[in-house]
Amino acid sequence: MIQQGFFEKNLRYLFPLPAVIFVVVLMVFPVGYTFFLSFTDWSLTSGRPLSVVALKSYLQVLQEPRFLEALGRTFYFTFGSVIVEMVLGTVLALALNRTFKGKGVVKTLLLLPLVATPVAIGIVWNLFYDPTIGILNYMLSVLKLPQSGWVSDAKTVMPSLIIVDIWQWTPMITIIVLAGLAGLSSEPYESAMVDGANARQVLFRITLPMLMPTILTAVILRAIDALKTYDIIYAMTGGGPGYASENLNVLAFKYSFEYFRMGQSAVMLVFLFLIVLLFSLVVMRLRRAFEL
Amino acid sequence: MKKRNVLVVMLVLVGLVMPMFAQGTSDQAPKQEIRVLLANHPYGELLKTKIPEFEAKTGIKVNYESLQESQLTNKLTTEFATKSSTVDVFMTRPLQEGLMFIKNGWYEGLDKYDFSDYPANSVDIGRKNNVAYIVPLVTEWQVLYYRKDLLKKAGLSVPTTFAELEAAAKALNKDGVAGFASRGKGAAAVTQLSSYVYNYGGRYLENGKAVFDSPEAIDAIRYYGKLLGNYGPQGVTSMSWENVMPVFQAGKVAMWTDASVFYGQIVDPAKTSIPASDIGVAQLPRGPKGDSPFIVVSWGMAMSSASKNKSAAQQFLDWATSKELAVEGMLSNITMARDSAWANAEVRKIMNPGLVETQAHAAKNGYPYDRPFMSSVGQARDLIGEVIIESINTKGTSTKLAALAQEKAKAVDELLKTDGEYGL
Repeated sequence: MIQQGFFEKNLRYLFPLPAVIFVVVLMVFPVGYTFFLSFTDWSLTSGRPLSVVALKSYLQVLQEPRFLEALGRTFYFTFGSVIVEMVLGTVLALALNRTFKGKGVVKTLLLLPLVATPVAIGIVWNLFYDPTIGILNYMLSVLKLPQSGWVSDAKTVMPSLIIVDIWQWTPMITIIVLAGLAGLSSEPYESAMVDGANARQVLFRITLPMLMPTILTAVILRAIDALKTYDIIYAMTGGGPGYASENLNVLAFKYSFEYFRMGQSAVMLVFLFLIVLLFSLVVMRLRRAFEL
Repeated sequence: MKKRNVLVVMLVLVGLVMPMFAQGTSDQAPKQEIRVLLANHPYGELLKTKIPEFEAKTGIKVNYESLQESQLTNKLTTEFATKSSTVDVFMTRPLQEGLMFIKNGWYEGLDKYDFSDYPANSVDIGRKNNVAYIVPLVTEWQVLYYRKDLLKKAGLSVPTTFAELEAAAKALNKDGVAGFASRGKGAAAVTQLSSYVYNYGGRYLENGKAVFDSPEAIDAIRYYGKLLGNYGPQGVTSMSWENVMPVFQAGKVAMWTDASVFYGQIVDPAKTSIPASDIGVAQLPRGPKGDSPFIVVSWGMAMSSASKNKSAAQQFLDWATSKELAVEGMLSNITMARDSAWANAEVRKIMNPGLVETQAHAAKNGYPYDRPFMSSVGQARDLIGEVIIESINTKGTSTKLAALAQEKAKAVDELLKTDGEYGL
């Protein structure tokens, strides 16, 4: 039959087709369209149709001090949270990597922050952080320590947000590293024991180097997420007080959905896209170096 | 055999994808249907409970969604801008998005609507070239909420001037209670600062130019910053009404200036720890050069120009903005825009006298804008917000304030120019 021939001949195209359509419609097109928009001055407040203006929107964005500040804050947030999460997460994993009573319970508890919705987390942490009726300032006052403005003070808002991120994502690192630890072969340890290595040497010379590929994978996952953070910040501060906690994503959101300057917003997202891309390439290169 | 497998896989895939196209395929064919977007606002809630009556009466099926106000604007804007909208009727904020929506032609002109029951200036906000686009629904004006018990204990009477307000804020600011609160969160504070600016004799915009760097406006911003910086709750620069209200309800604020709509919630015994008898409503104290609090149409209702069911949409609009429903709204503490609703005897019997009094004062003396009325209002509010935050952070003493206001006024002028609204 003719039809059967068609199917059989084209099976290798037909089967991946749904996935290809999915990727094109939901990933390639939006990214491409964002690039296109970044070369236009599309703005809904002017009532004019969009026109292509080459690099004008890029110049406008680069001259905007808020953009440069948001760019800096994006990195501050990412490095601040990811470094602490890596250290804490790895330490926790090493501590949990033996058999003890209640290990299952501890692992389940660790998973809880991961499954909670970011907006709900934001609302609850905002209650903790509230300077007048929040529990954190109450605890500080009981301990006779000076109180903090937490997220309502421009000076403390970024560290306060980073704390929430650390609380939420350290467990993920722990779980990834635990999986990595379980996969390590026991031979290097046996020979280390024969050679009389002490615990510290085993940790720094054997365990950590062998874990590096796992840790770097976790770094990529976390850093990409942290660079793109939006939900926690928007739910907790909306980028405030003033602009003190705006990162690139929050700023781009404001430019598109509060200011309706789609062209300039697209420029910011193009920058974010390039940063994430560049960062992933660097870390992947690093990872390959460790695997060799 | 192989072919059958392929077919099965294809069928499963089609089945999985089908729900994506389910919208619009109705089970019964010839029935009129409209899509309505409502705000999470007491009036939206009221409409939801009444919609079944409308459906029973007219046979029109109403599919409604209700959204938080800024999400409502986002959704409408995205749908209209991409020309993919199926919205027929929606709640809208004339001062926030009215100009932009009119400019883009997203509202349907309402030439058949009878506007005689509305104050003229409330309809004018949504009018361009003699066509009205928005039916006013709800009005709001600025009031002073205060704790009767705390004022009495301090031997004070309700402040009627800015000088008295400051003295009272200072005297009441003790024992873990903030003497005074108002919105301090940059852009959100712009609307509540507006009456202070007017009472100092200033404006945000005049003749299509930014004038919030005038000496009068700067005095007002300084005064606002001084009050909030010295006597406001902690962290006030990140507080909008949704953050101030719980602090007031917890009894930690003595006086609070904000929009009149919150009265119902702060006397609701389920939400507040203070007895309603201890909470008073007064008009905003007068300033050195004026006594005109804002009184604005905070919500209106409009039809989409892209609607494919215009007659059904018109029926819904007429019903949802009817005199009868306006009275129902008033009876549940919503301050409606229709004049007749305020004249209704049943309403007058149960309305809080403080609200009636302040409404009468604001309707007579008030100014119908609480923010710069321009298409780029969101960005302009953020720019003015920067000046407000600087003032609060320095308790009104900043030496940079005038220069900062000048810089931001210039930036707002630029926005007006970009949007073709400068000098209009």
